[in-house]
Amino acid sequence: MTASNSVRSPIAHLVRLRWRVASALSLTMMVIYFGFMGLLAFHKAVLATIVAPGVSVALIAGPSIIVSAFLLCAAYVLWANKVYDPAVRALKK
Amino acid sequence: MPSTQSGLSIAFFLSFVLLTLWITFVAARRTHSTTSFFTAEGRISAWQNGWALAGDFLSAAALLGIAGIITANGFDGLVYSIGWLVGWPIMLFLIVEPLRNVGKFTMADLVAYRLNQRWVRSAAAIGSLTVILFYLVAQMVATGALIKLLFGIPYSTAVMIVGAAMLVYVLFGGMIATTWVQVIKAILLLAGGAVLAALVLSRFNFDPRALFQAAAQQFGERVLQPGEKVVPSGWEAISLALALMFGTAAMPHVLMRIYTVKDVRDARLSITYATGLIGIFHLFVLVIGFGCMVLVGPTVVAQAGGGGNMAAPLLALALGGEAFFGFICAVAFATMLAVVAGLTLSGVATLCHDIWTNVVRSGHAPEKEKMVVARVSTVLIAALAVTLGSIFEGQNVAFMVGLAFSVACAANFPTLVLSISWRRLSTAGAVSSILVGTVTCLTMILLSPTIQVDVLGKSLADLQSHWWFVPMRNPAIVAMPLSLATAIVVSLLTPEREAAEKFEALRDAIVFGPGEAAPHPAVVPVTAAGAKPQAL
Repeated sequence: MTASNSVRSPIAHLVRLRWRVASALSLTMMVIYFGFMGLLAFHKAVLATIVAPGVSVALIAGPSIIVSAFLLCAAYVLWANKVYDPAVRALKK
Repeated sequence: MPSTQSGLSIAFFLSFVLLTLWITFVAARRTHSTTSFFTAEGRISAWQNGWALAGDFLSAAALLGIAGIITANGFDGLVYSIGWLVGWPIMLFLIVEPLRNVGKFTMADLVAYRLNQRWVRSAAAIGSLTVILFYLVAQMVATGALIKLLFGIPYSTAVMIVGAAMLVYVLFGGMIATTWVQVIKAILLLAGGAVLAALVLSRFNFDPRALFQAAAQQFGERVLQPGEKVVPSGWEAISLALALMFGTAAMPHVLMRIYTVKDVRDARLSITYATGLIGIFHLFVLVIGFGCMVLVGPTVVAQAGGGGNMAAPLLALALGGEAFFGFICAVAFATMLAVVAGLTLSGVATLCHDIWTNVVRSGHAPEKEKMVVARVSTVLIAALAVTLGSIFEGQNVAFMVGLAFSVACAANFPTLVLSISWRRLSTAGAVSSILVGTVTCLTMILLSPTIQVDVLGKSLADLQSHWWFVPMRNPAIVAMPLSLATAIVVSLLTPEREAAEKFEALRDAIVFGPGEAAPHPAVVPVTAAGAKPQAL
């Protein structure tokens, strides 16, 4: 499911670059989330492990996923502002 | 229950309503075109829109419901919090950029760009309206019940109040007023959550581990571990995960907000702010839930009624007294009001922009006429929400939220992604995919224990002997792949040369945005193959 690569124009190149970054970040989020839900669905014991008094693997994983979602968004915005937008502006000229 | 519940909390709530009504009054003077009505003319800042997105998405369930689940079951409540958050990055990476640069008011703008406007918009409207209506009815019923619980106001009166207030916001203030309602509500909700979480942590030397440890000592280590009661296991859990992640990424009322900022850069930023705000709020609720478990106790919460929804307010009462209890109740009320206003506005955008302007009038309707249609649609949706909300009093409508997410996931998400990534997507492919996704979700839910056992009260053992019985409660794991496969197979069977030829034009529009002089695709569909925006 990649964007057309029949035309090797600079635009096609940029589109492919954005698509790659977007799908890599999406896949990362999906692996994290479905990894967690997979454990919850099929291997609850892993999440139930108590690692310290008052701390289970589940209670570490949950907030970590929430933080990772934000960090991935921030990474994309940073990339888009620093790399993608300037490239789009350069192409417009 | 404190006696001031109908005094202080109503005073808090009334000040919220008065403030938002004043904002609506100011906004009404600036709302005279569909652009201001649906997008606030793109004048909302990224930061404001981030708060508004959080306000749009965080329903009363995010505070009252999740806190209640955590109080009763421990960790499991967090599973829903996580599911409601992880869709946001997916939305940002895959959908925001193309949708913002190509669309005007709704998500159908993007899907219909290369395809037959009339067919695709009609189908997309069915998908969107199904999501919005189920979500709206679920919110109305929950609101009526919760307001009865919190304020002692009769159910039908509560539904009428919410319906009337939301009607005024949307009808007169459009997107500008709705945005401010969302922003104020989100600030109140996050502030309330922060104070409540801080009050809890102050009892535990600001160490969450001490809080969890206290919970484990009192109620056993099971409260720190995933349980079986509220979170499904096996493939059912994977199905729920699909619906939560991809459904959130394709929620029409959330996607609509990306048009309220000035450009795609601000759209990205606002989604990121929203993700952060919603994430922080869910962490507050985790602390609030465990705090309520330890400091108030699950038994007290269960005795208060309302299926655990009183957890957060009772904790507020225990830690901050009656004034804080009143404040949290008022915030919950404001929250419900804001969510239904946002949902209504996106339903109006679908009816007015997709159905009326682009299907009935083939894209050419005078501005005045569109505004009349928008306002009539607002009254219609508000009346429908109040009527259905009253009809379903006391019914178990929790499944409607799950259904809304499933339909968004199965009907909206696949076509959105295919329309931007796959050249060969055809009109027939997109339309059949949306319809198959919607119908599969509805049928599967109807034949599942969710309706048959929970709503109709049949026995599970009897049902299992029927050939039509669907044992899964969450349809997404079947409906989403089916919808995707339908789009691919039907598109391959019905090749559409014109749609494939417009792929480059769409690609350029996604990169460069609509361009100053270029005719807007949502208004005048691009006809020449490979037509490029003027900005080139």
